[in-house]
Amino acid sequence: MIGNESLLQLALLLPLVAVAGIRLLGRHENLREAVSLLAGTALFATVCSLYDPVFRGELVEIRWLELMPGLSLAFRAEPLGLLFSLIASFLWSVTTLYAIGYMRGHGEGNQTRFYSLFAVSIGAVMGIAFAENLFTLFVFYEVLTLSTYPLVTHAGTDKARAGGRVYLGILLGTSIGFFLLAIVATWLLAGTLSFTPGGVFDADTPRSLLSVLLALYVFGVGKAAVMPFHRWLPAAMVAPTPVSALLHAVAVVKAGVFVLLKVCLLIFGLDTLGSIPATEWLLYLAGISVLLASVVALRQQNLKARLAYSTVSQLGYITMGALLATSAGFSGSALHIVMHAFGKITLFFCAGAILVAAHKTEIHQLRGIGRQMPVTMVAFFIASLSIIGIPPTGGTWSKWYLMLGTLEAGQWLLMALLMGSSLLSIAYLLPIPLRAFFSGNGQDSGGPPVAIREAPWPSLLAIGVTTLGCMLLLFYPNAFYQLIKVAL
Amino acid sequence: MLAHLPVLQVILPLVAAPSCLIIRKSGLVWLFTFLVSLAALTVSALLLQQVIDSGVISYHLGGWDAPWGIEYRIDILNAWVLLIVSALGTVVLAAAHTSIRRELEEGQQILFYTLYLLCFSGLLGIVATGDVFNVFVFLEISSLSTYALIALGRDRRALWAAFQYLVMGTVGATFLLIGIGFLYMVTGTLNMQDLAARLPAIGTSTTVLAAFAFILVGICLKLALFPLHLWLPNAYAYAPSVVTAFIAATATKVAVYLLIRFTVSIFGVDFSLSVLPLQHLLIGLGLLGVLTASVVAVYQMNIKRMFAYSSVAQVGYMIVGIGLGTAAGLQATLLHLFNHALMKGALFLALAGVVYRVGSANISAFRGLGRRMPWTMGAIVIGGISLIGMPLTAGFISKWYLISAAVDSSHWLVALLLVAGSLLAVAYVWRLVEAAYFHSPETPDKPADEAPLSLLIPTWLLALANLYFGVDTRLPLAVTEMASRTLFGGAL
Repeated sequence: MIGNESLLQLALLLPLVAVAGIRLLGRHENLREAVSLLAGTALFATVCSLYDPVFRGELVEIRWLELMPGLSLAFRAEPLGLLFSLIASFLWSVTTLYAIGYMRGHGEGNQTRFYSLFAVSIGAVMGIAFAENLFTLFVFYEVLTLSTYPLVTHAGTDKARAGGRVYLGILLGTSIGFFLLAIVATWLLAGTLSFTPGGVFDADTPRSLLSVLLALYVFGVGKAAVMPFHRWLPAAMVAPTPVSALLHAVAVVKAGVFVLLKVCLLIFGLDTLGSIPATEWLLYLAGISVLLASVVALRQQNLKARLAYSTVSQLGYITMGALLATSAGFSGSALHIVMHAFGKITLFFCAGAILVAAHKTEIHQLRGIGRQMPVTMVAFFIASLSIIGIPPTGGTWSKWYLMLGTLEAGQWLLMALLMGSSLLSIAYLLPIPLRAFFSGNGQDSGGPPVAIREAPWPSLLAIGVTTLGCMLLLFYPNAFYQLIKVAL
Repeated sequence: MLAHLPVLQVILPLVAAPSCLIIRKSGLVWLFTFLVSLAALTVSALLLQQVIDSGVISYHLGGWDAPWGIEYRIDILNAWVLLIVSALGTVVLAAAHTSIRRELEEGQQILFYTLYLLCFSGLLGIVATGDVFNVFVFLEISSLSTYALIALGRDRRALWAAFQYLVMGTVGATFLLIGIGFLYMVTGTLNMQDLAARLPAIGTSTTVLAAFAFILVGICLKLALFPLHLWLPNAYAYAPSVVTAFIAATATKVAVYLLIRFTVSIFGVDFSLSVLPLQHLLIGLGLLGVLTASVVAVYQMNIKRMFAYSSVAQVGYMIVGIGLGTAAGLQATLLHLFNHALMKGALFLALAGVVYRVGSANISAFRGLGRRMPWTMGAIVIGGISLIGMPLTAGFISKWYLISAAVDSSHWLVALLLVAGSLLAVAYVWRLVEAAYFHSPETPDKPADEAPLSLLIPTWLLALANLYFGVDTRLPLAVTEMASRTLFGGAL
């Protein structure tokens, strides 16, 4: 039996081993992808085996090195991080499966670079998830930004470069401009950067100062895409679809909200958070972000752009839930990380499948496509339900707890906001699968039946897995829910 | 032998310089100068070790006692700067042979090594000496040789750049001399220790103030503090590539050292930062330098020029650190002194490799270079992210200390603006990365065509140092903390 510390080391190092393997086997496509898949599965297994010790509350901690006195690269397995790393590692293998179909079907170049950077990003995500202190977290946060940048500009066209510039500009800008400043200030105020249950600040720290700090954190973590720093996410949609799916529906954006959750819970502490005047303002800002992004999503004609704005809106839910500073709100947020991950990755998978099989990117082109790609569009339908938050999908739970959270905090207006945004999400998501099945354009209906032409089978398999996940999460959310309970 | 280390540090390269003219074979001369600088590096390492172990070393030249004779006084501060200068000088020299052979004619090569050693010893002399007039002498030695080194550049504009620098540099040196004269007038001594002891008694007479102002402006001209930086971009852009690497990594550092020596040790922090509104002036000008020079850097087409403007910006950071007027601020400056030498050394040496292969340092020459020269570009990327101040690079450490120093003395706005400067660095570094990795080259099918190993090894040595000192910070942190604490001993 391997010790828990070694398991944690393994979780951090496996992606790097994968990078080396992918680089070495760059010429043999099948072997290269096999390495990715194998590493993904091994990583998931490793993280899974950390579940029990963390659940029992054992201390699993490793320290790499100390950079400056008191500032070290250190890692600790704790419930929230485990939750995040479970999702990320599981979906990494699934996405690799999907990418095999997509990248080959779409004839993309530079695939070795693609897969190795993918592994680097997952390594960075593991670093973020298991970071023991804000400093370690910041290091991997930046690694994630830098390693995903070449993935965004993968196509190498002018448009991709422009998108990459916005991506890098906003993410690096906010992180260096606000996040780093907030970390330095926290260091000077509290004398520690370690994540501590109950928060690190003294009770007599001036609330005005904490207000400024909280604002710096919320804006500084640009990956959480709180308006007005959300522009990078639509810009990143120039990336190949597997990147949009794993990184910009799961890894990167979830890293953002995950950081916010951790900061709220373990740097400020929910009690302190509730007593800071700025929390109220930032809550409403997140609320506006939720609503506005939904409205903008409604007006997008490009499928991926619509999904991107939908992500901005859903991230707003998570931020809001964390800032509510109630346990129900926090649980809702953490659960929504899981639920939204499964839902949104499925939606992106479908968008990519449509691109590969039918070469369509705009929403108005999708009328009647359900006959050509029935499996894909059914999956799209189910995932949409999960995003909206209605059974038979897991999204129901997170929305439920978020609503409960707003009630607990007595924020009636925010609750109305959440409801409104859910209605809007029905309006921007559901028409797509419905029209795909029920409104074939006139000439087609009388003609011969359209041949079924789906995406390559690995992609389809991946879509199946995540769709199934969406539904199973309705019945088995308990594993995650208990984990969140431990965190609180 | 060990007792004579302080003077050996300076004399060794000084005596070796004319010997180059006797050897006359380019390859041999290179070997000879390299050995000499290696010896100088050993001496400075020994000196630092000795200072850490047993405190300040005072060496009396020719056996004359301090106030009358010339004293070489090595404390932790100048031992640190000596090490930086001699280490960077040596690494750059290791790469010089290959690059110089491509860029200079046979006859000029010998001249280059002679001048290099002269400049080297001048810089070391400025740092080692404990006598203000000696400072002036060595400043002139290093400056005059620098002018000639810059004028060696292949581009005819190098002559103009050297002339520009000559005029500005001479004004600076003259100001320094006037200031030193005034000081001698009121105190009757040139020894730094004596000056520091006698100045407080004199108080704030007009002469002292005038001396202070002259010295300050003179040094600021040398260190290219905005807006006195106009000579620097041209000088860096048109000088031979290794010369740029050498002066970028050492000359401005020595000037910053002088500023610290004069304001903190000789005049004393209380005088320097309170009698004149120097604190606001240094912070203000430093920040202006950081922001303006960074913005200008974004729009440069010549990459050497771009990094030259970036140097002006980085000097701004160091000046802000001094201006904060706290031990933490000074420590940040001293850290950045070291780290900036590492990153600019790596960057300019890598550029030397690019110039060697491609023949130009224009942004258009970098298109597709990520594929053609993967190792050289790799070093540039490492230097670049260190410049930006990404974690796990040396640049991050100094930025972290500088920002905490600013926040700690509740200069929130300063902290914010410093951070904004980093963002501008992202902008100009990324322009280069984008060109190298995401633009297709003008002639697409050229095979990989790396710079020769003799250039690559020194470049990567510095690039790896950027990473190493971003992770293992014990040495720089310990030394700079000791230095800033000793210097602020009186003020705290």
